[in-house]
Amino acid sequence: MKTYILKRLLSGLITIWFIATATFVGMHMVPGDPLANPKATSPEIQKNLEARYGLDKPLVTQYVIYLGNMLRGDFGISFTQKNRRVNDIIREHFPVSATLGVLALLIAAGGGVIWGAVTAVYRDRWPDAVIMLLVVVAVSVPSFVFAMLGQLAILKLNELMGFSLLPVAGWGSLSHMWVPALVLGLGTMAYLTRLMRSSMLEVTNADYIRTARAKGLPGLRIFFKHQLRNAILPVVTVLGPAIAAITTGGFVVELVFAIPGLGRYFVQAVQQLDYTVIMGTTVFYGAFLVLMVLAVDILYGFVDPRIRVGKRGG
Amino acid sequence: MVKKLSRWWGGLLLFWLLGSPVLAAALDWQGRKVTLAMTSEPPDLNSTTSTDAVSIMVLNHVMEGLLTYDPDGNLVAGVAERWQLREDGARFWLRKDARWSDGRPLTAHDFVFAWRQVLAPATASQYAFILFPLANAQAINEGQLPPERLGVQALDRYTLEVRFSRPCPYFPGLTAFATLYPVNEAFYRSRGERYAADAGDLLYNGPFRLTQWVHGASLKMEKNQHYWNREQVWLNEIDVPYITEDGNARFNLFRDNHIALADNLGEQTLGGALRERMQIKSFLDGGIFYLEFNHRPDRVTRNLHLRKAIQAVFNANDFVYKVLGSPGTYPAYTLFPRWMKGERDLFKREYPPRKPTVDIQRARDYLAAAKRELGVDSLPALTLLADDSAGGNRSAEFLQTLFKQTLGLEIKVDVQIFKQRIAKMTSGDFDLVMAGWGPDYNDLLTYADLFMSVNLNNRGRYSSQVYDHWVEVAQNTVDVKSRMRAFGQLQQILFDDVVILPMYERGKVYVQHPNLRGVIRRAVGGDPNFNYAVIEP
Amino acid sequence: MNLFRPTPEDLLPLAKTAAAEVVVRPSLSYWQNAWRRLKRNRRAVVSLYTVLLLLLFSYAAPLLFALDSSSQDLTQLSQAPSLERRSRVVDPMPWVGRFAAHSPAERLAVVENLQVVGEPHTEFVRLIWSPVAGASYYRVWRHILQPSGATDLGLPLGDTESVDQVSFEDLLKLETVTYYYSVEAVGPDGQVSPYSTVKVHPRHGISVEDAISRGLIKAEQRERAIGTEVTLKPHLLGTDYLGRDMLARLVRGGQTSLFIGVVAPLLFVSLGVVYGGLAGYLGGRIDEVMMRFADFVIALPFLLFMILFRVAMGIGPGESGIVPMLLALVLLGWPSAARLVRGQVLQLREQPFVEAARLMGAGSTYLIFRHMLPNVMGVVLVSLTFAIPSAIFTEAFLSFIGMGVAPPTPSWGSMCNDGVKSFMSHPHELLFPALMISITVLAFNLLGDGLRDALDAKIDK
Repeated sequence: MKTYILKRLLSGLITIWFIATATFVGMHMVPGDPLANPKATSPEIQKNLEARYGLDKPLVTQYVIYLGNMLRGDFGISFTQKNRRVNDIIREHFPVSATLGVLALLIAAGGGVIWGAVTAVYRDRWPDAVIMLLVVVAVSVPSFVFAMLGQLAILKLNELMGFSLLPVAGWGSLSHMWVPALVLGLGTMAYLTRLMRSSMLEVTNADYIRTARAKGLPGLRIFFKHQLRNAILPVVTVLGPAIAAITTGGFVVELVFAIPGLGRYFVQAVQQLDYTVIMGTTVFYGAFLVLMVLAVDILYGFVDPRIRVGKRGG
Repeated sequence: MVKKLSRWWGGLLLFWLLGSPVLAAALDWQGRKVTLAMTSEPPDLNSTTSTDAVSIMVLNHVMEGLLTYDPDGNLVAGVAERWQLREDGARFWLRKDARWSDGRPLTAHDFVFAWRQVLAPATASQYAFILFPLANAQAINEGQLPPERLGVQALDRYTLEVRFSRPCPYFPGLTAFATLYPVNEAFYRSRGERYAADAGDLLYNGPFRLTQWVHGASLKMEKNQHYWNREQVWLNEIDVPYITEDGNARFNLFRDNHIALADNLGEQTLGGALRERMQIKSFLDGGIFYLEFNHRPDRVTRNLHLRKAIQAVFNANDFVYKVLGSPGTYPAYTLFPRWMKGERDLFKREYPPRKPTVDIQRARDYLAAAKRELGVDSLPALTLLADDSAGGNRSAEFLQTLFKQTLGLEIKVDVQIFKQRIAKMTSGDFDLVMAGWGPDYNDLLTYADLFMSVNLNNRGRYSSQVYDHWVEVAQNTVDVKSRMRAFGQLQQILFDDVVILPMYERGKVYVQHPNLRGVIRRAVGGDPNFNYAVIEP
Repeated sequence: MNLFRPTPEDLLPLAKTAAAEVVVRPSLSYWQNAWRRLKRNRRAVVSLYTVLLLLLFSYAAPLLFALDSSSQDLTQLSQAPSLERRSRVVDPMPWVGRFAAHSPAERLAVVENLQVVGEPHTEFVRLIWSPVAGASYYRVWRHILQPSGATDLGLPLGDTESVDQVSFEDLLKLETVTYYYSVEAVGPDGQVSPYSTVKVHPRHGISVEDAISRGLIKAEQRERAIGTEVTLKPHLLGTDYLGRDMLARLVRGGQTSLFIGVVAPLLFVSLGVVYGGLAGYLGGRIDEVMMRFADFVIALPFLLFMILFRVAMGIGPGESGIVPMLLALVLLGWPSAARLVRGQVLQLREQPFVEAARLMGAGSTYLIFRHMLPNVMGVVLVSLTFAIPSAIFTEAFLSFIGMGVAPPTPSWGSMCNDGVKSFMSHPHELLFPALMISITVLAFNLLGDGLRDALDAKIDK
């Protein structure tokens, strides 16, 4: 197991290196000038600006310098937020996105597993139809609408109660997180519900379940120990990238609820061609993703002992 | 046992769930505190390089220039007690009780240092051009002379002498602008790269000082006890715990009584504001928006008749009132805003702009003439550069259909993100672009010099010797009457030559807590401003 | 003792008497079986028809009906669905306004005789009033409720611009609802007079030039037509913020959304299935390398590469980049399906039936296609059905920032984006495209369910 983890970490580093290089190349090939400003500047000032950000050197040199800095953990200074180091930006904002993301994922996973199981058990009866409809609505309507509706709901709730039960926006305490996390996790929850349902249906019809029932095991025990555990694999598979996606996809929710997360910075950075922030966040997320995928693969072994990741098949 | 346990858990959960912090109310009369939201994190609080509205709004509260604005918008004494403007320069006498927020005295050298920094090529300040009227300024900025040669000098600790390279009648107004704020040399050098990176890396000489700055999340400003005019400042604290670009979110915060001012109401939020019977206010923020043509020799838009055709089909009323549909915004017929002062009265009254009449038939005649002159049977598709905002998309689609239906012109809408749009504008990769301009200082010149042939902001590369001549007249004369006449001429040229097609003058609509008074909204000089704000009990 | 000693004659077969009961059904292949099961599933059949209907709606309808998705009607902005509408033809001559001399005064009295000029309609509402002594200018407000006080006058429409002006023309997005206009006089020192209110309910109006250009009246009858009524074309699903017909836009938008929303996911899920299946089946080192590559693709910033593809394919500005969008979606979207399938295959290959089949001599191809694939279908189909709305919204986002379809080409996703902005005031602009997307997603969901049920040999009722 240990050698396996070490091997994975090593290959993870190589993956990150690929990501960094691809992003660097891609970024510089995109047309547009990161230093363009609505108030036009004279060529001299442009030159000075380029020198300050190291953009006047040939691309290969920039790449090497960048890699060198990255190995030392220095991602440079943001182009748009002058005076802020990218490290600081990530350090200050990632925990916010991560906290929100983890909470959203817990809600999504918990909800998804439960609803999925319910629809599988009550297949073709009314709970299945209702939940199915909700799932469809959850993915067909843009997430921005849910965020707005969520905020309005809080507003109405506060009005009803006469005092501020939940904060309308902002960050700082658990009560700031509930509604944004719910909105954030909605799409994933819908997906997990369907996935779980599909998986459960397959498992439910397997022979060993019939055997267990024939043996006389209590239904709930079968449900938890056998059905759930076997059906949950696809959910686990999805969790890895899902957590990465949720932490990056928080942009809309961060915007509507005024949450100082990293998602906002990333989207703005791409729009403003802020090279250092794009590189820094992409590499950081890449590393995060690699770790999450590794965690999921290890989790596979616990969920389904039959799976041996790394074993030769064929 | 299980029941007791679950009740205990339930209680804990409820407590945790509701463990909300004490959420601030919008106004605190006792504590003299106002709570606000900002649209974005201020990217740059270094006054010598700052260019964006949010940073300037913050700087406007925590720093002060030689002169400042009073609640009525008049230029009054700031750090300088009195001043004298001449044709070849100006002199400012600073007050002796002006101090920085750490107690050290503010001297004339602080201004000398700051202005030299602005022009130093290494600083790469994008507002350096604003100081070009000063002697040697342009040469210094181009690296030909050292900053010490700048035409500004501290005659003694409290007297500042400025030398011009050309007359600059609007110079006193410039000193109220953020770029010309003082910077203490010793402090600046002590911070090095970290200057203005955090609240503790700046010195303040304004009514407030920045006491807390959590990047991307919140900001807090508290009254500066060393400010020379602190008696006039009523507020003790300005707290900004919310930063979001979403206007809806800010409006919801306002409704829930968490912030005292919700700016930039849009279609959605206006309905809510009306239904809840809020007091709605509006003001013109100085932004003028126009359709800019590419006058380069390889573009069909260089043809005057084509531009005249476009001018004759555009209905500004339809566009502003139906397509844009935001109250407070007016159709624009000229580059100059309606609030700009002329000689004695408003400029628009002394030199009323010509309004184009919508005449489809005449437009088609112009188009035919254009085709003849260009020697083509049909015009190629024109590229309209638009930005990726909702309003930009809407306007572009409207223009596209309008030109197609009335003139049969094929328009390709090229939606670009901000930086790419700027890059394309600079390289001239467009036929038409929707552009806008805001005032840097309170003088018509800030708009007028836009289309000088040497101005880099003249992205359409319009070039006319007559136009340049009148701009130079306005730049170099001190006599108000001559200057206004020059601006009148420029306005006429802009119309006759269809240099641009003015579309609208932007206004903003907002709501404010009824107990909050004295908030200044203005087009020039940092907006909104709470220096003189008061809360009523 | 009776010993039974059988002889060969005892063991001769009996003659067949009658045909024995045949209790077998015709032998069908696995896929034929699946198809029969699918046909029996009513919901799946309904959803199949729905999908066909959607395709017809988007691709066949424009051939049968004249639908213009880009002509703008500024007289009917953001209209709710309606049938025919009658409109009064009006003359939009520029209005000079009304002026009156003002004498100075100490205190400002209330504004009097505030009234509308002529009949109010949606093209303009013109107000006049009597001059108030001492006023420098007047401020006009518009509310949708009866004002309750000087701080509740509604929207500040503007101030009178010229000296001595005692009139105002309102052009701002007039609709056929009740408005309350209030006017205040403002003195030279900024003192404000008490306000005066008038209630106005505009009817629908259309300018005579507009009516002529739309062919509703003839140019020669211009003078006589003013003041008469004309009938405007109905908009069955209403109009959008630029007055464009929603139905036409939905039809046109469907072409884009359905194409991208169905073809792209089909492609990248197929790609993912093959990739993930192979990786899971082969396992070991190959699986490692393949999955690392998949991680690499997931981590790439999507937007950046989208821009790159567009540039690389030489799509010019203002042109619709459907192919680069498709390419980008496929090339960057396959990893998630691949991971899912790989996980399933890893689980499956340890199952006893696989071992049994292998023992019986089954080759890899047979195993993959006959055993693994059908069992993986469940997750694949779910993945597919969720990839569809995701692709639709990604396309909407890309079009919004200029990387997808260019204006005025609509798509359901971009219509949703636009509709969100006026969703509180005019919900139909969001509702209809979202409904179309919902129907599509639901149909594919049910179809997917039906397919999975049909393909899963174990679920046999």
